[in-house]
Amino acid sequence: MTEVLSLSAREAGQRVAAGDLGAEELFEAYRVRAAADELNAFTWVADGPPPRVQDGTALEQTPLAGVPLAVKDLFCTEGVPSQAGSRILEGYRPPYTATVVGRLGRSGAPLLAKTNQDEFAMGSSNENSAFGAVLNPWDRQRVPGGSSGGSAAAVAAGLTPWALGTDTGGSIRQPAALCGIVGLKPTYGAVSRYGMIAFASSLDQAGPLTRDVTDAALLLRHMVGRRDSRDATSLEFPESIQDPTAERLDGVRIGVPRELSGEGIEAGVLDAFHATLTQAEELGARVEDCRLPHAPHALSAYYLLAPAECSSNLARFDGVRYGHRAAGAEDLLGMYTRTRHDGFGPEVKRRIMLGTYALSSGYYDAYYGRAQRVRTKIAQDFQEAFAELDFIATPTSPSVAFPLGAKTNDPLSMYLNDFCTVPMSLAGIPAISIPNGLSDGLPTGFQLAGPAFSENRLLDAAHALERSIGFDGSPARA
Amino acid sequence: MSAEETAIATPGGGDGAWEPVIGLEIHVQLSTATKMFCGCELSFGETPNTRTCPVCLGLPGSLPVINARAIHYGLMIGLALECELAPVSIFHRKNYFYPDLPKGYQISQYDEPLCRGGRLGDVRIHRVHLEEDAAKLVHVGSSGRIHGSDSSVVDFNRGGTPLVEIVTEPDLRSAQDCRSWLGLLRTTLRQLGVSDVDMSQGSLRCDANISLRPRGSEQLGTKTELKNMNSFRFLEQGVRAEIARQRERLAGGATVVQETLHFDPSSGSLSALRSKEEAHDYRYFPEPDLVPVRVSEEMLAAARAAVPELPAARAARYETELGLSADSAQRLAFRSELGDYFELCLRADQDPDASADTSRAQTLAHWVGGDLAGRLGEQDPADSKVTPEALARLATLVSTREVAVGAARKVLDQLVSEGGDPEVIVEREGLQALPGGADELAALVAAAIEANPKVVEQLRAGHDRAIGALIGHVMRETNGRADGADVTRLVRQQLDL
Amino acid sequence: MIDSDQVLHVARLARLELSEMEVQRMASELSQVLDHVARIGELDLEGVPPTTHVTEVDSPLRPDEPRPSLSSEAALASAPAVVAEGFAVPSPQA
Ligand SMILES: [Mg+2]
Ligand SMILES: [Zn+2]
Repeated sequence: MTEVLSLSAREAGQRVAAGDLGAEELFEAYRVRAAADELNAFTWVADGPPPRVQDGTALEQTPLAGVPLAVKDLFCTEGVPSQAGSRILEGYRPPYTATVVGRLGRSGAPLLAKTNQDEFAMGSSNENSAFGAVLNPWDRQRVPGGSSGGSAAAVAAGLTPWALGTDTGGSIRQPAALCGIVGLKPTYGAVSRYGMIAFASSLDQAGPLTRDVTDAALLLRHMVGRRDSRDATSLEFPESIQDPTAERLDGVRIGVPRELSGEGIEAGVLDAFHATLTQAEELGARVEDCRLPHAPHALSAYYLLAPAECSSNLARFDGVRYGHRAAGAEDLLGMYTRTRHDGFGPEVKRRIMLGTYALSSGYYDAYYGRAQRVRTKIAQDFQEAFAELDFIATPTSPSVAFPLGAKTNDPLSMYLNDFCTVPMSLAGIPAISIPNGLSDGLPTGFQLAGPAFSENRLLDAAHALERSIGFDGSPARA
Repeated sequence: MSAEETAIATPGGGDGAWEPVIGLEIHVQLSTATKMFCGCELSFGETPNTRTCPVCLGLPGSLPVINARAIHYGLMIGLALECELAPVSIFHRKNYFYPDLPKGYQISQYDEPLCRGGRLGDVRIHRVHLEEDAAKLVHVGSSGRIHGSDSSVVDFNRGGTPLVEIVTEPDLRSAQDCRSWLGLLRTTLRQLGVSDVDMSQGSLRCDANISLRPRGSEQLGTKTELKNMNSFRFLEQGVRAEIARQRERLAGGATVVQETLHFDPSSGSLSALRSKEEAHDYRYFPEPDLVPVRVSEEMLAAARAAVPELPAARAARYETELGLSADSAQRLAFRSELGDYFELCLRADQDPDASADTSRAQTLAHWVGGDLAGRLGEQDPADSKVTPEALARLATLVSTREVAVGAARKVLDQLVSEGGDPEVIVEREGLQALPGGADELAALVAAAIEANPKVVEQLRAGHDRAIGALIGHVMRETNGRADGADVTRLVRQQLDL
Repeated sequence: MIDSDQVLHVARLARLELSEMEVQRMASELSQVLDHVARIGELDLEGVPPTTHVTEVDSPLRPDEPRPSLSSEAALASAPAVVAEGFAVPSPQA
């Protein structure tokens, strides 16, 4: 049975489709493995066989052949706890399912488990979960990254074939890097946000966390497509996602922005990054310096815009219709303030405060308004760069996985984890992180970003690099 | 006028020294099939919380999608109010906490509303924008369920109903102005078919911003906001009471404090809305769950095609094309069913000489807007027994002097109660006009003079209006068949006046 | 920089109760972050339009056609307090 668990999602699906493996058997093997989770990666695991596909098709006949899927806690799943890692939503079971989870279910990826995460996706270490920190399978004294840390750790440890995460400023890519797996943040709007418990609406985007690039393409294929009539910001994907096949990078121009590949990045991470750039050249790519002049300001803009949106998005957690309500409040104001005091963790409170301040009377122009203009400049920087280049490459995270508790008392240094991933989020462009070899025995990530809707080309290039890097992505999977 | 002169001109003056300056803020529930941002049907008193979904309950993860018909109705209103329609408009979030607001913010419009500027009648429109309605919060008193303290209950059926907010410029000057202008707005919206516009049901709500300034001054005084008066009468009463209150303060040398007031119609008193809140800071910012609404040529064309001729335009047409007085034109145009009926009468008119004659239109306007409407009250004349043909025929009988006005009114009474053909009624009831030269009429006038010596005395003393008593006498005797002008002439003749 | 009074004002807007300790801590942490993000004040952004969305699309509009609503049981299923088929809250007038 452990042999089944070592298959990639695509391989497992092929076995099922060929009749060599039962879909229920595959699901059960993972269900047992996930239930034995020793990383605190899950907040819920299925307790029985997979549900039938809606139209009655046998799972074996579906495009994804019944390969089970773990889904970040913040995706609403009907009747299944969907708590966004927060005390305020503890035990909340929504009456509906997120569009993307529904699409994947209909394509034949049954729900295996919900994954632990930083509360409301705010964090870069998964230590902000109300349900406890997730451990990094490479070193259980270290963080898995965040906010999709449960998804990343579960995929890296082989507890699930693949998982869904969400990325607002790096929340798929950074934990993927720290756990040595593949994480893709699609173009903003490519995947419906309906049913994704919102952090920052203009930035949130769902994406796959997988063991390899091929699996990322396979999962993404069934996440995108028609625009969702329930999400006004969603877009039709202009083409179908293909299996990545490229082995060479001939003629591909890769830019390395000096703003995101020098200062503040650990030496070991930089070494691994440069080694991959050398391999890219060997595969035929032209690697050149480029400029993203406003990228150093991206973090500042991000930490104004995202908290501003979150301060409003999280106003609905007021103890009236669902979730936690503080007991004993005498009046309405007390009910509100105590419910929110007790229900939210420190990082969420910090961001609500920061965002409320940035939008408040007298500060809007200096903070929120200004950050929106910086966002314009950052998007323009990328547009200008892509006029000359196919892709932009950076290290995904400035460091490898850090010890649990190392940054919990220093919000700003925690925020700096997002330094290389936030610019792409602000520009709404797709970016993928692939395993990039080890530094001191811990995974590093290589980030490749392209223009909007360049996912097919991006996956192809990542595929060629992945082959060349030859990373053995198994911490302790055995 | 300089500030100094203003100061000199104001103190202690009587009521006339202060001019009220009033602007209205109107919320209108649109009569779409579904809510503003979700597919729930609008609610009309269903069981609480049976018209909700993840979107209008503000469940985690749900997202709004704009109702196309709400935009369409918004554009129709913008066109009807002669607004400038924004080619692109955006929605904002207005952030505040209240139990009837499920998301902790209202999706509304802020600095890029759907419509700006405009005019209805002689009041300028500041802006028109779309937003979502709040839910209904009902106070239920003490309940053991929540710690024995006072509680309220929220019903989200109404939450998310599409609203149009119409804000006027401060162009109104009296309580009566407010009432009649709001009536015009209601007729206009009703004719557009975009709302039930029923104040008692809350589909039309009106707040007023009121300030006073020294007459002749251009500056605005400190204003107060008068909230949610739920009938036309209360609007008028509330505004009148607030004007009086401010006038009294100012006349007494006190100042007006900017505040929100609630009018209690049962006591006629005004009270400040108790606010435990700090001054509101709504933290408006662009709604990131929605993208800008671009009004396409097709959307504009569809809205234009859907807008019928509106009361103000119709009244203007009656004045310029038919020569009606402003009063008479508005009486017909502002009640669209009267206008419609009036136009049917014009069309039914057989009078060969009448078509080119504006006095003929005036005559019919009086018959419809005066005599007929007076008899029918609120009833639509199209639903009455009086056909336009009959009314037009009756008017002709009068203008050809075959029937006197008084007798014609008796015919109209019969038409209203039984319907039928006016000529048949005249024949049957013997209501033909008495010829002015007939001996019969002269004898009746002589008898009237004989019977009313005191009136005659008054007439001789120069009180011309006293003649009405004599005319009335003759009319009673003739069953209204006499012509008033004939009677007057004969009276003067016989008395040598 | 943000002081305790401002923290309390913002907390009130955000309906967050904060203990004395939390207020102090929040003031220092927010000040540190604001110091950092305030660097965007140095940029010349004259004439640069704000970006709310990176995607340049016009809003899709939803046809005015009813979709099924939730049952009242489903709507109220997660409510902390229910009275008379409604969501019960402490009275705002209390
Ligand atoms: Mg409003
Ligand atoms: Zn709804």
